[in-house]
Amino acid sequence: MNWGGAWAGISGQVFEMGFVAPQVFDAGLTERFPGKSEVMPAIDLNLYLFIAAVLFVCGVVCMATKRNAIGVLMGVELVLNGANLNFVAFARYTTLGIDGQVMSLFVIVLAAAEAAIALAIALNFYNNHLTIDVDRGDELQG
Amino acid sequence: MSWLASLVDLFFWLFHDGAFWIFAITTVAAAVAVVVSQNVVRMAFWLILSLGATAGLFFSLNADFVGSAQLLVYVGGTLVLLIFGVMLTASGPFVGIKTKPGELVMAGGVGALLLSLILYSACAVDWRNAGQFDSKGVVAAGYNSPTEGNTTRTLGLSLMGARPDKDLGSTRQLLTSGYLLPFEIVSVHLLVVLVGAAYLARAKRRKSPSAPSSPA
Repeated sequence: MNWGGAWAGISGQVFEMGFVAPQVFDAGLTERFPGKSEVMPAIDLNLYLFIAAVLFVCGVVCMATKRNAIGVLMGVELVLNGANLNFVAFARYTTLGIDGQVMSLFVIVLAAAEAAIALAIALNFYNNHLTIDVDRGDELQG
Repeated sequence: MSWLASLVDLFFWLFHDGAFWIFAITTVAAAVAVVVSQNVVRMAFWLILSLGATAGLFFSLNADFVGSAQLLVYVGGTLVLLIFGVMLTASGPFVGIKTKPGELVMAGGVGALLLSLILYSACAVDWRNAGQFDSKGVVAAGYNSPTEGNTTRTLGLSLMGARPDKDLGSTRQLLTSGYLLPFEIVSVHLLVVLVGAAYLARAKRRKSPSAPSSPA
């Protein structure tokens, strides 16, 4: 990874040396900020997939281990966030295009709705049982 | 709004690679901290950090509107809701309900196995030669003016059912379908959910016969 890409781009030295980077992060920026060369190291799709995988696994482990109901909710938020990151990364790097971003917007809206309902249920549970420990909610077991 | 977008763009233009690594490491480390920490309030704080850094990753993926929505809805809305839930339920001993250490070890092992499975299967695909790879991204269409972000107009039009990003200059006879019906369904769903949440979370009426009709 080219950590010195920023200052090298400003001074233009790397550009004069003939280093041509793949155009991965140019959102019309060269038109918007003219005079600055584009020396952009490639951040690959796999990196975003790794981050999303870590978010997903953290959310699953959080859902499985937390005994606080609100902790379980936070695990759900982490899982949905990892899925969102995958959607946006595929929207950026494949021909999925804007569809992935639309899907991630739907996921955000559904996550907000789910959090509202689940918090209302958690508050009702707390009002009835005077605890938020999910291990105590075992009245429905067979 | 336009100056904000160009400020974000300038930040990423200057620090593109370093900003990605900062946001990536913050996202991952804060997500792990959410799992590890036992205090609910600290978990909420780490979740704020993780979701905010994910919004930064969205910005680095050229998804400016999704990143803004992430900041507004998640960090601004959902987490305030979560913190209210923490404050309403965290009384004394319930702030830190401990998990048993054996369960933590087992969950860590299962989580590591799951993570290695996902990473292995993600690495097993050669995305660049999978046939769908497109390094130009979604900003190729030329009808977004430079001062209003890259995806706002495209997203809005596709939610209204029009797809100029696929249909402009296309030789196909059929128009690409948009997202008008899912958008309407999600709108009504959100309304119903909010009414239902207000109904569920309202204060209960007391059942004692001494005060039969006093709303609590």
